[in-house]
Amino acid sequence: MEKLLAPGHRACAGCSMPTVINLVLDAAGPNTIVATPTGCIEVTTTPYPESAWRVPWIHSLFENAAAVASGIEAALNHFGKNHNVFVIAGDGSTLDIGMGCISGMFDRGHNVKYVCYDNEAYMNTGVQRSSSTPPCTSTTTTPSGKVSFGNPRPKKDMPAIAVAHRVPYVATASVAYPVDLRRKVKRAISIPGPAYIQVNAPCITGWSFEAGTTVEIARLAVETCLWPLYEYVNGELAGVKKIHVKRPVEDYLKAQGRYRHLFRMKGGDEMIRVLQQMADENARKFGLLYEGDVTCTSGE
Amino acid sequence: MIAKEEMSLKERMARMKVVEGSYAVAHAVKCCAPDVISAYPITPQTHIVEHLSQFVADGELDSEFLTVDSEFSAMSSLVGASAAGARCYSSTTSQGLALMWEVLYNAAGMRLPIVMTVANRALSAPLNIWNDQQDSVGARDSGWIQLYAEDVQEAADAIPQAYKIAEDPEILTPVMVCMDGFILTHVYEPVELMSAEEVERFLPPYRPEHILDPNNPKTFGAFADPSYFTELRYMQWDAHRRALNKIETVAREFAEQFGRWYGGLIDTYHADDAEVMIVTMGSVIGTIKDCIDMMRSEGLKVGLVKIRSYRPFPTEALRKALKDAEVVAVIEKDVTVGNEGALLTDLKAALYNTPARVPVIGFPAGLGGRDITVRDIRRVVDKAIAARDRGIEAEMEFLSLREDLL
Repeated sequence: MEKLLAPGHRACAGCSMPTVINLVLDAAGPNTIVATPTGCIEVTTTPYPESAWRVPWIHSLFENAAAVASGIEAALNHFGKNHNVFVIAGDGSTLDIGMGCISGMFDRGHNVKYVCYDNEAYMNTGVQRSSSTPPCTSTTTTPSGKVSFGNPRPKKDMPAIAVAHRVPYVATASVAYPVDLRRKVKRAISIPGPAYIQVNAPCITGWSFEAGTTVEIARLAVETCLWPLYEYVNGELAGVKKIHVKRPVEDYLKAQGRYRHLFRMKGGDEMIRVLQQMADENARKFGLLYEGDVTCTSGE
Repeated sequence: MIAKEEMSLKERMARMKVVEGSYAVAHAVKCCAPDVISAYPITPQTHIVEHLSQFVADGELDSEFLTVDSEFSAMSSLVGASAAGARCYSSTTSQGLALMWEVLYNAAGMRLPIVMTVANRALSAPLNIWNDQQDSVGARDSGWIQLYAEDVQEAADAIPQAYKIAEDPEILTPVMVCMDGFILTHVYEPVELMSAEEVERFLPPYRPEHILDPNNPKTFGAFADPSYFTELRYMQWDAHRRALNKIETVAREFAEQFGRWYGGLIDTYHADDAEVMIVTMGSVIGTIKDCIDMMRSEGLKVGLVKIRSYRPFPTEALRKALKDAEVVAVIEKDVTVGNEGALLTDLKAALYNTPARVPVIGFPAGLGGRDITVRDIRRVVDKAIAARDRGIEAEMEFLSLREDLL
């Protein structure tokens, strides 16, 4: 099938974002309208007068994609038209500046499927911290330094916020698990009302990893339990992706420049232990491991 | 202007109802049958959307009514709805308009023909819910067409006109209809309420050429680098230039069908032989007209120019109307802190490259809802005559400052 995001866009080599878009659109099909906030998607896919989009697409502002999509859905509803309405947005526009609009859209119950590709910082403007940036990450506004291990705060738990809005379908996904992501998009479409899917989407420049390893990095996030894959239906945990072999967080951290300081600084090992505890807590909370697999720590 | 289908005064009186200003506006909106309305409560615009929501609740109006989380979302949702092909309406005021600021530019730049009522109100700090026009005047450069209403009937009648202007394929520009908060929104006046059938004859259905449609996918809101941006701005600017004619034409068409005329870009009152001309916009015009009647009976040759379209700015019309004046006084409900009244600056600029060297002075007045009285207007005229006879002492002066507070 023809890809609905045409090749020839200007995303970085190794960027996971176009892959996320194509997986989402493959699952949603051409009967889809996409709203996108300001960010990498816009600047890499729509330099006027060009466009990489083969579905109708709109960008308005940085913080209003959810409200724009609300209006689209309202208009379609009024005209009796039946198209999928999607937002595809980064984490800064979702968890930070767009929070009011997305809360309003969830609250009003619009039939809009919101996909956040989470690269865990403001990448389009040069890797500044967002509220989705994990702890101990070095960004340009939370750099590691002589007295700093980088970002001091945990990730804002956006899926939980969506669940708290009684969004009927909430899921996490990963670019490394395309079948799982596609299935979740299809499930989101099958359930009327808003949906929220947050996709782990590594950024080659912001995370600083070897070109060609994007999917491996994303898979490590899942296998270390730092990025649990789960879905909530009507507020209940409805499914998790179990881990066969749980990897230590070091395997994930070592592969990326944004955590390099943890392996060089005094006290870095203690911070890695804290991150390991977070991963273990995810494993426990979501039941990510098969019984008896908890102690597995080596590679595949 | 005379109505084509001329009605007797008796017939027109029979059509009149005493209604609240907000109701008259909401009724006019209902007759235009918008597909999507978004609403966020803020005084003094709230009654407009309350009336609209009641129409929807009673099944009198088939619109999607979005109760949004902020004015920012109100305008953003209309951007989406308009791009999806919907006729859209919202209303706001003051801080709400300020919160929309970013989206105002966006809606205009994306050439979306949204219509919005602004119930003019002061901007804080200090917090003040009463009328002046600082809010919409502050949004004058956002790319929206701005029409100002003198009374309730005009504010209501401007709605179908606004859609007709905005949706014209040659214009495709959002329109803000500004009416003074409380003074017009909350007053009860006898109003001729239009009917949906009449509006249907006046306003063609909205059939946009470019919409978000999976059967014909288009990209909206691409980014433009320096090699394209200027031309896109130029096209917006050019649409405003075309709107100068369109606003006039639509006003005439409205007058022909409905028998009500408020001027095109501007209107005048006792202007032909006037030596002293007052230029202003909004509801203070009623007071000024009464005052002119009184002064005329005393032999003072005073006239009025009412600005109906502030953007696009009616430069040529103003030059023509003011060419024989001996002095011009601007009364406006705003002030540019650090300079002078916005209308004063605009008017002086319009007159500068003309042979006329008429003295122009300005008076910010009625800020934060303070009454503008007949005595105030007389003071303006006295100062204008003094400026004519003895030269300008102060180019701009706050009207009737309370010295005890300073």
